Amino acid sequence: MSRRFPLEANGLVGRRSVLVGMAALGGAGLGGAMLAPGVANAAVRLDITSGTVQPLPIAITDFVGGGSPQDIEAGKGVTQIISADLRRSGLFAPIDPAAFVEKISNPDASPRFQDWRVINAQALVTGRITRQPDGRVKAEFRLWDVFAGQQLIGQQYFTQPENWRRVAHIIADAIYERLTGEKGYFDTRIVFVDESGPKEKRIKRLAIMDQDGANVTYLTRGDDLVLTPRFSPTSQEITYMSYGNGEPRVYLLNIENGQREVVGNFPNMSFSPRFAPDGQRVILSLQQGADSNIFVMDLRSKATTRLTDTAAIDTAPCYSPDGTQICFESDRGGGSQIYLMNPDGSNQRRISFGDGRYSTPVWSPRGDVIAFTKQAQGRFAIGLMRPDGSGERILTEGYHNEGPTFAPNGRVIMFFRDAGGGGGPQLYTVDITGYNEQRVPTPSYASDPAWSPLRS
Amino acid sequence: MIRMLRHLGGARVAFIVGFAMLAAACAKNPMDGAGAALGSAPPGSPQEFIVSVGDRVFFESDQTSLTPQAQATLDKQAQWLNQYARYSFTIEGHADERGTREYNIALGARRAQSVRDYLVQRGVAASRMRTISYGKERPVAVCNDISCWSQNRRAVTVLNATGT
Repeated sequence: MSRRFPLEANGLVGRRSVLVGMAALGGAGLGGAMLAPGVANAAVRLDITSGTVQPLPIAITDFVGGGSPQDIEAGKGVTQIISADLRRSGLFAPIDPAAFVEKISNPDASPRFQDWRVINAQALVTGRITRQPDGRVKAEFRLWDVFAGQQLIGQQYFTQPENWRRVAHIIADAIYERLTGEKGYFDTRIVFVDESGPKEKRIKRLAIMDQDGANVTYLTRGDDLVLTPRFSPTSQEITYMSYGNGEPRVYLLNIENGQREVVGNFPNMSFSPRFAPDGQRVILSLQQGADSNIFVMDLRSKATTRLTDTAAIDTAPCYSPDGTQICFESDRGGGSQIYLMNPDGSNQRRISFGDGRYSTPVWSPRGDVIAFTKQAQGRFAIGLMRPDGSGERILTEGYHNEGPTFAPNGRVIMFFRDAGGGGGPQLYTVDITGYNEQRVPTPSYASDPAWSPLRS
Repeated sequence: MIRMLRHLGGARVAFIVGFAMLAAACAKNPMDGAGAALGSAPPGSPQEFIVSVGDRVFFESDQTSLTPQAQATLDKQAQWLNQYARYSFTIEGHADERGTREYNIALGARRAQSVRDYLVQRGVAASRMRTISYGKERPVAVCNDISCWSQNRRAVTVLNATGT
């Protein structure tokens, strides 16, 4: 497979590169008081532990350009992305810029806080975009606590111009983290299955995009049926199922260089792959005759270990984030239910006992809940339960909702929804509170989303 | 709204394709058109297998056991396949859309296995068969009601082109 997706070609993304170019900005006009992120001595802070949240009013000003029309446009673009990220989270209410009283011309100077208090902004973001002599872009921003009258964060980033959207997402994450106390999830990507053509002859392609739907890149051409991609937690790889060469098998694909390989050499169908938290193993289902059981394969040694051994369908395995447990679905007791087991396959026990059938369990990155697809009365819901099976909550329900995947902070779930008939599925997000359901824009029908880890 | 689409054995073999289009034009229901009007298919041909014998069996919702009707169809398949032993074939298992993707892949595999086991019981050599599951990925009928989901819960015996 040839390289046809120039991802991160200039290297200024990822933990090292973006953050190498990051520096804290001193508190402008405030005696140089520099506050590290996470210091909670300011008044403005959003409590997001309760079920419903009153979105925090925040003023996000256009980033001041370095003079050139290009810089001014880039500044507006960064502002729009930050606003869109924060608004979509449901936790922030960006204020209409038409209401702004003060026009920020020097983002290093202390703003006139009174001007922002009168429009009820709790927080204020100012910034600047400038082109460096070496062609890179410098993005600086400051987050201000309007009522306390102080700077909360000041940071700057250097990157190649084509990565400007990422810088905006990184800034949105910094704001989100400073004001909520939780890590953000905006500098992330989604791998999913792009669907086109009529339903009985659907063409499916692996695709990857930013979490806001921008920068869609196709990873396969649509010749082979492809399903259920998942990100590696540790590398630029995805694992997925493909019907290439007529045999349904699990593959690994490096999304940077396009290298592809089959996972294992199994006599029958292999499917339902996910990475272990260490990224060194893939857990998957292998079909033998009428039964499907769960196995784990070490990617380096290729050693494959059987974890379940039932005359049933055992599939959709998922490790807990600490790797000490595996949840999976099995119909060994009749309809599909969720089970847990130890990483060696011991101590298999059922945890779902509600009405209906439970499948596609996914462990939250926080470890505290498991998301699932639930079928009951002919309808499909997305829900959550604790790992002991208690506290079941339904987040969304309808004709067909399937396949939850968590944002890396465990706060938001993405899934796909199909209205039935000749149409096709689309991607949605919902907060783990069940509020703030939003459609995720995609170029065509889309299914099987999987959320990446934070990129930086 | 129901939109039926006729797939005759997946129309994999070039010379079946033209025939499939003809059959689709005549048949509103996948079970119609078998035999009578089109009964002139050459003996031992893939057309005959599809039209006179019946290339597919249907399953109850979330079930993998063979109904009496399915067994009758498979008896005819076994007889024909034993008579024309030059064909190897693939049994494709399918599920309707009312299940999750991975479960349905496993369910389709189970259905294909049910058919395989039955044909072996009826004396067809296991070495001539392979199975594959498409889960809910390849419906023949597109709709959102029960009458058409039932058309998608199927196992289709597809003759390989090398049978001539």
